[in-house]
Amino acid sequence: MDFTMLFNAFWVGGLFCLLAQILIDKTRMTPARIMVSYVVAGVILTAIGVYEPLVKFAGCGATVPIIGFGYTLAKGVVKAIDESGLLGVLCGGVKGAACGISAAIFFGFVCSLLFKPKAKK
Amino acid sequence: MDVKAREKKYSKLVKKKSPSSELFKDMCRAFVVGGLICVVGQLLSFYIESFGLKKEDVSSITSSLLILIGALLTGLGWYDNIARYGKAGTLVPITGFANSIVSPAMEYKTEGYILGVGAKMFIIAGPVLVYGISASVIYGVVYYFMK
Repeated sequence: MDFTMLFNAFWVGGLFCLLAQILIDKTRMTPARIMVSYVVAGVILTAIGVYEPLVKFAGCGATVPIIGFGYTLAKGVVKAIDESGLLGVLCGGVKGAACGISAAIFFGFVCSLLFKPKAKK
Repeated sequence: MDVKAREKKYSKLVKKKSPSSELFKDMCRAFVVGGLICVVGQLLSFYIESFGLKKEDVSSITSSLLILIGALLTGLGWYDNIARYGKAGTLVPITGFANSIVSPAMEYKTEGYILGVGAKMFIIAGPVLVYGISASVIYGVVYYFMK
């Protein structure tokens, strides 16, 4: 097992969360805003070529945070455009992230049917 | 010293004392909890990799599994407990995305399965998809004409 990768995943992923915590506490950004800005940031960082090396370096430390969702979208677009031209602009992003989106919707749906909300303490 | 001046001084003191130490504690917790979730993801992906799958498939399966775990833990009510401790450490990882879907969906079940569960599950995930996908389309257009 690659322990360097494991360690890098820990601190890189941790830093993304730490940054979000600072944003929440200092700028009073809502969680929804944080998630949206992180995803868009992921697309932009991938576009300027910064994120791919980070994924190579930190593995899940870069792909598990929600920024990684933006990375998957951006990577999907590039791949689809290289394969099928202009059509890829529309198909690529969701194609790349299809698994995650379907999993989130389906598992989310099933779990919300199966469980009852707990009383808030 | 009149009341107003004292109040001002007091609120300054509160501002100086409490948020920074609170912030530091929150930051540490977010770092550790968020980091650990990524480690869990990394361990999962090592395990899935050992079956000899393609790299992209490995990361898709890892994300899907983490989403499943996040959704289950939210349903069981455990994710909220972890989130109370780990703050942003539970929000930023993909498990937090699952949490943002299941949590309102369960909450609004009383409003029915279409406009309750079906609609409210996207209260946070919706914006994420809207802005994420839009950004990717814009990037696609730029990439298409620049390459």
